[in-house]
Amino acid sequence: MITSFFLRALEGRIVAMVAVLLGFAVLVPMSNLLLGPDNPLHVPTYVMSLLGKYLCYALLALALDLVWGYCGILSLGHGAFFSLGGYAMGMYLMRQIGSRGVYGDPILPDFMVFLNWKQLPWFWYGFDMFWFAALMVLVVPGLLAFVFGWFAFRSRVNGVYLSIITQAMTYALLLAFFRNDMGFGGNNGLTDYKDILGFSVQSDGTRSVLFALSAIMLALCLILASAIVRSKFGKVLLGVRDAESRVRFLGFRVENIKLFTFVVSAMMAGIAGALFVPQVGIINPGEFAPANSIEVVIWTAVGGRSTLIGPIIGAVLVNGGKTIFTGVFPEFWLFALGGLFVLVTLFLPKGIVGTVAQALAKRRAAQAAETPTHLNGKPQAAE
Amino acid sequence: MIDKTTNSLLYLNGVSVSFDGFKALNSLSFTVEPGELRAIIGPNGAGKTTMMDIITGKTRPDSGDVYFDGGKIDLTKKDEAEIAQLGIGRKFQKPTVFESHTVWDNLELALNRNRGVFATLFYRLSAEDKNRIEEILTTVRLTHRRDELAANLSHGQKQWLEIGMLLAQEPKLLLVDEPVAGMTDAETAETAILLREIAKTRSVVVVEHDMGFIRDLGVKVTCLAEGSVLAEGSIDFVSSDPKVIENYLGR
Repeated sequence: MITSFFLRALEGRIVAMVAVLLGFAVLVPMSNLLLGPDNPLHVPTYVMSLLGKYLCYALLALALDLVWGYCGILSLGHGAFFSLGGYAMGMYLMRQIGSRGVYGDPILPDFMVFLNWKQLPWFWYGFDMFWFAALMVLVVPGLLAFVFGWFAFRSRVNGVYLSIITQAMTYALLLAFFRNDMGFGGNNGLTDYKDILGFSVQSDGTRSVLFALSAIMLALCLILASAIVRSKFGKVLLGVRDAESRVRFLGFRVENIKLFTFVVSAMMAGIAGALFVPQVGIINPGEFAPANSIEVVIWTAVGGRSTLIGPIIGAVLVNGGKTIFTGVFPEFWLFALGGLFVLVTLFLPKGIVGTVAQALAKRRAAQAAETPTHLNGKPQAAE
Repeated sequence: MIDKTTNSLLYLNGVSVSFDGFKALNSLSFTVEPGELRAIIGPNGAGKTTMMDIITGKTRPDSGDVYFDGGKIDLTKKDEAEIAQLGIGRKFQKPTVFESHTVWDNLELALNRNRGVFATLFYRLSAEDKNRIEEILTTVRLTHRRDELAANLSHGQKQWLEIGMLLAQEPKLLLVDEPVAGMTDAETAETAILLREIAKTRSVVVVEHDMGFIRDLGVKVTCLAEGSVLAEGSIDFVSSDPKVIENYLGR
C-alpha cells in the first residue's frame, strides 16, 4: 500500500528533479572537499552554504505550492513555520555552546545571562538533545498549523480573508519574538553557534554534510509531495481548489482535507528552516517578517504554481538573482523583485515550468495530429 | 413523529427561513415518496434553490422539520458532507464539475467510497470500481470522452457528467437544479429520457423552468411561489390552476 503510494510519485519530471538534487548532494561537497582551491571546478565553502540556503528556500516554496498550488490556500504566513523550525534548531545549537559562550555559563545561553536570568525557562528544556530538537522542528510548526487550520477551515474562512489572517499570524509572531522576555533572544535572535552533534558548524566537512542533507531532504519532500498530489487525495485537493462546494456535496470533509495538507506543508517548511539556520549561522525575528512570506509566493509563481518542481526552480533562480543584484545595484533589488512579479503575472501566468510544459504539450499534440495522416498516406479530405 | 414521515423518503413540514427580513421560505411543506420523480416549478425567488440548500444542509431553517429516509434522520442537524454520505446528491444550477480533471477522474472522485484523508491517500482503483465507472459513463453517454478534461466538454455534456457524478454517489435522493438550462432541444429530450431512467431506482426532484421539458417528464408537479406550495398535481392540473397562471405562467 505504502510502496504503491510512493511509486506513483515517480513521474518523469519529478524523477529528473530528484536525480539533479541527488547529483548536487554528491558533487558539490566532493568538489569542495576534494579539489584544491586553485581548481576551476572547486566550489568555495561560502558558495556551498549559499547554495544550501537556496535549497532550503526551495523546500519552503515546495511546501507553499502544496497548499497554494493544489489546495488553493494562499498562505502569506509560511515564513512563520519556516522560522519556528529554524528557532527549534537554533535552540539546540545554543544549548551546544555550553560554557564556551562569552559569559561562560554552562547552561544558560549568553542572552539569558545578559538579561540576568538565573534559570533556564521550561520551554528550553530538552533542547540539549538533538532528537528532541529534531522532533520539535516538526511538532511546533505542525501544531501551530493544526490549531490555526482547525479554527480557520472549520469556520470556512476562505480566499483573501484567509491570506490576511495568515499574514497577521506571522506578524504577531514577529512582534512576540522581538520581545526580550519571550526568552528567544529578542531582536538579536540566536547566533554564535559552535557545533552540531559534536562537529564544528564552521568546518568544511560539516558544511558539506549540511548542504547534502538539504538537497536530500528537498528530494524526499518532493517525492512525498508528488505522491500526495498523484493519489486520489491529490485529485480531491484540486477539486477543493477549483470547486469547493462540489467536493463538499460529494460527501468529503473539506476542512479535514485542508487541515491535513496545511499541517504537512507546515512541517516541510519547518524542516527547511531547521536546515537553513546552521548554514546561515543565525535565526532572528526578522525571519517572521510578512515580506519574507510574500517573497515565497513570488518564487512559487515565477517557477510555476501547481507543478511542484517549478517552485524549486523559481526559488533558486530568484534568490540567485537577488544575490547578484543586491551585490551590483543594492538599492534597486525591491523594484526588480516587484517588476519581476508583475511581468510574470502578465506574461507567464503559469510560471516558467508551466509555460514550458504547455509549449511541449502543444508540440506533442501537433505531432500526434500529423502522424495519422502520414500513416494513411493520403491527404486529409477538405471539410 | 407524525405518521406521514414514516413512509416518505423526504418530509418537509412548515419550513421557514428568511434572509435579512426577506422570507425565502414561508412554512413550506412537501414530501417525496421512495422511487418518485417530482418536478418543481415556480417563478424566480419562489424559494426553489433555498429549498435545496435546506435539504442538503447548506442553509439551516429558522423553523420547521426536515426528515429523510422515513423520518429516521433529522437533516437540520447534519452538515453537507454528512448529508451527502447519507445518500442525497445535488446538481447545481450552473454545471459544477472538476474542470482540471478528466471525465474519468471526475467520476472516480464521486464514487461512494470511504472519503477519509488516509483512505483517499492510499486508494487504488479496484476492478469493481472500474466497472461501476464504465457503467455510469454508458448511462450518461460519455464513454467516448472519458479521457478528456472536463473543461473541454460542451455545456450539455458537463450537465450529464454532473448527473453521472451524482449517480456515482449512489444516492437515494437526487436533487437536480435546472438540468436543461442552456441545452439544445435534442439534448433536452435526451436528458428527459436519462432522468426517467435514473428515477427507476431512486427518487429524483427536478427544478426546472422549461415547461416543455416538464411535460416530457410526465410526472407530478409542485408549483412554488413566495416560499410555499401553490399547487400540486399533474402538469395539466397545475397549469390550469388560476393561481399558478396568475403567479407564474401568466407573467
